[in-house]
Amino acid sequence: MGAEQNIDGSAALLEQVNQALASATPLLIQGSNSKAFLGRPVAGEILDTRGHTGIVSYDPTELVITARAGTALSELSAALEAAGQMLPCEPPSYGEGATLGGMVAAGLSGPRRPWSGSVRDFVLGTRVITGLGKHLRFGGEVMKNVAGYDLSRLLVGSYGCLGLLTEVSLKVLPKPRLCASFSLEMDSARALARLAEWGQQPLPISAASHDGERLHLRLEGGEGSVAAAHDRLGGEPLDPGYWNELNEQRLAFFDEGQPLWRLSVPNNTGLLDLPGEQLIDWGGAQRWLKSDADASVIRSIALAAGGHATCYSHALIDSPFQPLPPALLRYHRQLKAQLDPQGIFNPGRMYAEL
Amino acid sequence: MNILYDERVDGALPDVDKDALIRALQEQLPDLDILHREEELKPYECDGLSAYRTTPMLVVLPRTLEQVEGLLKLCHERRVPVVARGAGTGLSGGALPLEKGVLLVMARFNCIVHIDPAARSARVQPGVRNLAISQAAAPFGLYYAPDPSSQIACSIGGNVAENAGGVHCLKYGLTVHNLLKVEILTVEGERLTLGSDALDSPGFDLLALFTGSEGMLGIITEVTVNLLPKPQIAKVLLAAFDSVEKAGRAVGDIIAAGIIPGGLEMMDNLAIRAAEDFIHAGYPVEAEAILLCELDGVEADVHDDCDRVRAVLEHAGATEVRQARDEAERVRFWAGRKNAFPAVGRLSPDYYCMDGTIPRRELPGVLKGIAALAAEYDLRVANVFHAGDGNMHPLILFDANQPGELDRAEALGGKILELCVKVGGSITGEHGVGREKINQMCAQFNSDELTLFHAVKAAFDPSGLLNPGKNIPTLHRCAEFGAMHVHMGKLPFPELERF
Repeated sequence: MGAEQNIDGSAALLEQVNQALASATPLLIQGSNSKAFLGRPVAGEILDTRGHTGIVSYDPTELVITARAGTALSELSAALEAAGQMLPCEPPSYGEGATLGGMVAAGLSGPRRPWSGSVRDFVLGTRVITGLGKHLRFGGEVMKNVAGYDLSRLLVGSYGCLGLLTEVSLKVLPKPRLCASFSLEMDSARALARLAEWGQQPLPISAASHDGERLHLRLEGGEGSVAAAHDRLGGEPLDPGYWNELNEQRLAFFDEGQPLWRLSVPNNTGLLDLPGEQLIDWGGAQRWLKSDADASVIRSIALAAGGHATCYSHALIDSPFQPLPPALLRYHRQLKAQLDPQGIFNPGRMYAEL
Repeated sequence: MNILYDERVDGALPDVDKDALIRALQEQLPDLDILHREEELKPYECDGLSAYRTTPMLVVLPRTLEQVEGLLKLCHERRVPVVARGAGTGLSGGALPLEKGVLLVMARFNCIVHIDPAARSARVQPGVRNLAISQAAAPFGLYYAPDPSSQIACSIGGNVAENAGGVHCLKYGLTVHNLLKVEILTVEGERLTLGSDALDSPGFDLLALFTGSEGMLGIITEVTVNLLPKPQIAKVLLAAFDSVEKAGRAVGDIIAAGIIPGGLEMMDNLAIRAAEDFIHAGYPVEAEAILLCELDGVEADVHDDCDRVRAVLEHAGATEVRQARDEAERVRFWAGRKNAFPAVGRLSPDYYCMDGTIPRRELPGVLKGIAALAAEYDLRVANVFHAGDGNMHPLILFDANQPGELDRAEALGGKILELCVKVGGSITGEHGVGREKINQMCAQFNSDELTLFHAVKAAFDPSGLLNPGKNIPTLHRCAEFGAMHVHMGKLPFPELERF
């Protein structure tokens, strides 16, 4: 991506959207394409957000950073790192050039998610080009704002299907003073039981994953709390790089082979009898599965547990996201029809009907 | 411009034959409690914003989901507007009734369905009080974090509808950050589940959209909230300053030191004196501003953080820093703050509470601006401030019995909110728009943005029967409001970009 750039390319983006509206041409919105494998393939004219890039404002004492959608996530992280702050939701990049727009449109969060909140929880405001060809602002740079509907958070995880994100304001937090990673030998069932028990106690756990043999834990906080919890829980030191490898799907588990599935389940779900190899993250609330089993088999297990399943292997099945109940799908369609009446934004990326 | 529903600018409402509606309800929902006589309707004519009152056509008090479903279907068929109400503690008139509408009171849905300690969640009916959730979770060492000041009375359904906050939002978030799932009924009486028991769900984030939507998109019938382990310990520091600016800078310094307090509150001299007079919290009454900083968490960390914060406060020029010696003193320090509104109420026959938010760095300028506006309108203003998250609650003191004072208070309030918007803030941090700030919405959003809000509404309630007139103003209202504000041929804040 090269050096940091600061370019307001919003006029060009608006023009491209207006042309698409005039000619009823569907748009395929992309940044670096690092998350192109998620969702359904889209046929459309490419709209590249990377010409609209740069950090617009960042005041560490306000705990808010605002940047354009095409800004590289790495640039954002470097700016925060320099001020001793972070994006607590740990969004994965899945590629070197990953952009802020893609991060928000996909809405994916990393290992800290159950304790810190998701990408959506840290979005304070957005600017968006709408399906009516307007460049609008919702939310803002303040922590509390309940004026009007919360369109900013609605757009998180909408995969560009409701409008074109051009700018995002995010809440950020100071990095913890201390961070310690270690692992304990125990089987998955026991690990899940312990995690459910520990979850009810004020322990400074900020990540918990089980690879089938060992429970990996990360503690974050002040010196006192981290030391006390470490003394109590025991375990052997773990390379802290593990969490990034897990988040970026670079562990051996994620090597090519069988289709990859993500199951999101209630956080006290016990060991699931899944048709394949699994890796537990989010303290039990996220299960990665490698399996050749039929989508319906995997989805019925997720549904029975109170969750849902997403297929991470591109174009393997027609509906990588769990199908919606008919009534809910109808309201999704009505919302899409209202916000993108011509259906130009990433048509079909999430569901064929949207 | 009038706050009460005005069909001329807010849109025509369908005419409803009240007697025919009562007959139909009695026939189709024989067990539904209906209030329709003048004296029965009186108690429901306002919510927590008591300066504005409208007698509803009917009040219904359902006890079962089937009754709510039946009511909505019937009202939808007959084109009858429906306004939902929880405990009626809202401060922006979100549950202000309509003369031509039914007031749907959800207060009887007051059961805690299930507390699941292992899942750290509570499934409750919408009429359950905020504090009751934490009380029910307490035996498991868990609690529900958002704590609006009205938490002993306000209901969780109302909290979701308003995206309620409280004094611990910087660290623990608003209602939207602490929800897993809500069950709703659409305007047509159709059941939908938004969110799930897992941490995310497929499709658009409708849970986020519905949170804070002020009863405009659907009726909340059940809520599953996330519970947190109770922090081991909480300590409070009280710091006095001889200027508001110094106190404001100290807030930024605490955060720059990498510390996120559980609560961080500021009060100005008028609020300090009022609270001290009322509660005897031990506040330094000579101070121009005080900060209350609560640090909570694991014991060892909290002790370290107290030392760090004390050093920061002293360095920032605090004239005095006191740590509550014991739990009783901690509670007393907070009691002064939590009772600041009634305390200020003792200084004046009436007061009007504002709810703007601003970037914290703008605090000194905004306080100066408020003081200047207060002088211009010849009214006193006490300032109470959730300093950690930039949420201000200026309290305008007035006497409604003095001719013109209510109008002046309202006008001053509107100016204060517009000042918040001007510095990049919002007209409401946690109280909601309701009817109260319907005109100021025209200052925060342009007509294209408002048009998009109306489009969202149309996706869920195309006939506009749910809580008409709240939250989003019509373009017609804004045009009239804007016309009033054009002064000497100039729009307010010409320097602001208007897209």
